[in-house]
Amino acid sequence: MKPAAFDYFAPKNIEEALALLGEHGYDAKPLAGGQSLVPTMNFRLAQPTVLVDLNGIDELFFIRESGDGLRIGAMTRQRAVERSPLVQRRAPLIHETMPHIAHPQIRNRGTFGGSLAHADPASELPALAVTLDARLRVQSSRGERWVAARDFYLDLFATDMQPDELLVEIAIPDLPARTGWAFDEVARRHGDYAMAGAAATVTLAEDGTIAAARLVYLSVGDFPTQAVQAEALLTGEQPTAALIRAAAETAAAQDIDPGSDIHASADYRRHLAKVLAGRVLARAVERAKMTADDRR
Amino acid sequence: MSRSIPITVTVNTTEYSRSVEARLLLSDFLRHDLELTGTHVGCEHGVCGACTVLLDGAPVRSCLLFAVQANGREVMTVEGLSTGPNPEQMHPLQTGFWDAHGLQCGYCTPGILMSIVPFLEENPDPSEQEIREALSGNLCRCTGYQKIVEAVQVGARLMRETAK
Repeated sequence: MKPAAFDYFAPKNIEEALALLGEHGYDAKPLAGGQSLVPTMNFRLAQPTVLVDLNGIDELFFIRESGDGLRIGAMTRQRAVERSPLVQRRAPLIHETMPHIAHPQIRNRGTFGGSLAHADPASELPALAVTLDARLRVQSSRGERWVAARDFYLDLFATDMQPDELLVEIAIPDLPARTGWAFDEVARRHGDYAMAGAAATVTLAEDGTIAAARLVYLSVGDFPTQAVQAEALLTGEQPTAALIRAAAETAAAQDIDPGSDIHASADYRRHLAKVLAGRVLARAVERAKMTADDRR
Repeated sequence: MSRSIPITVTVNTTEYSRSVEARLLLSDFLRHDLELTGTHVGCEHGVCGACTVLLDGAPVRSCLLFAVQANGREVMTVEGLSTGPNPEQMHPLQTGFWDAHGLQCGYCTPGILMSIVPFLEENPDPSEQEIREALSGNLCRCTGYQKIVEAVQVGARLMRETAK
């Protein structure tokens, strides 16, 4: 249970880090919080020969407001996101979800961008990024580009990034007016990886019908799974309990194709997906109504 | 590949300078290089919490950090809690564990103490639910947690009285 040997670099700025990643390519791994990478190295499931430690790059640690939402530096600790009044105010779905991610001891080291880039299908932040239409700024010595979260996740632990690219910043747009949100998950023990989880946002029109709905699952597929058929069923309709029930059934039956493992069978995951969709959609609708009332 | 990297780490207010391999985990650095064996190693993948130490005041898993990452930083281990070897020199939380029988084999205890001390400093009078939540990142295979929760309650009271 000891990692294989590697060469260690601790760059002081993004430019140096990108040069190192460009030089070492597939042999190198960026080290963010290390809360997923180091366990896999301890097991020798991962044996990178070069580690580029990002923890000394001050310019990657920030949470700030932009014109249309929030900007979060990739190395911002999860604990800092959890405790940020800015995040609570402008990205309440993220604020609500953070305590579900592992334990405080892990969140003290784990980073916002590290979790997004690691692309574990059972982790919460990738599902939130897709739910909130987050955009990810990715840099290499060749240049930079913005990628929409829904285009970022390609497969199990696989993203759109090349080995010489680094996730540096995440843009989280504000929720539209009259929008409610909710997150919930079911894990065997608090802090464990969820057997299934769901995030939702619901935007109500002036007449009280659903103008837009977003329902995204974690841990029921190889990457964040958007329940598009359930979303279509909800859009344009009055948000009744019967409609939410129907959408939850559609999501669980048609939008996901969960697998079985030692933690949960596929059938049980479908059951959880239905129950969770019902809960998060109902809570999102309630909150959307409350924000609509506030504006009157 | 295995070249040594010089580091200086402050552990329990003492400064240590050593040369280490990059792959050396902070937990092994503390136990083998500094011979501070109070930090226990359980699972070595961040699940059990036995190796929890404070890094610049915040509880972290020392098995998920490389020693080189602690260069220039301050670490506090369970050895830093008491002021001396006698029972009356223990930290109030340690006294709480003593008084309420909060341990059986004691393997998980250092990690629990290092998780709960900063928790109680932030939240001096927590509810039982908050205590159970704060303990959720530390596994104990002996006690079933009831005595640990009681020990934290006693420790919290003693810490409040000490602070007065």
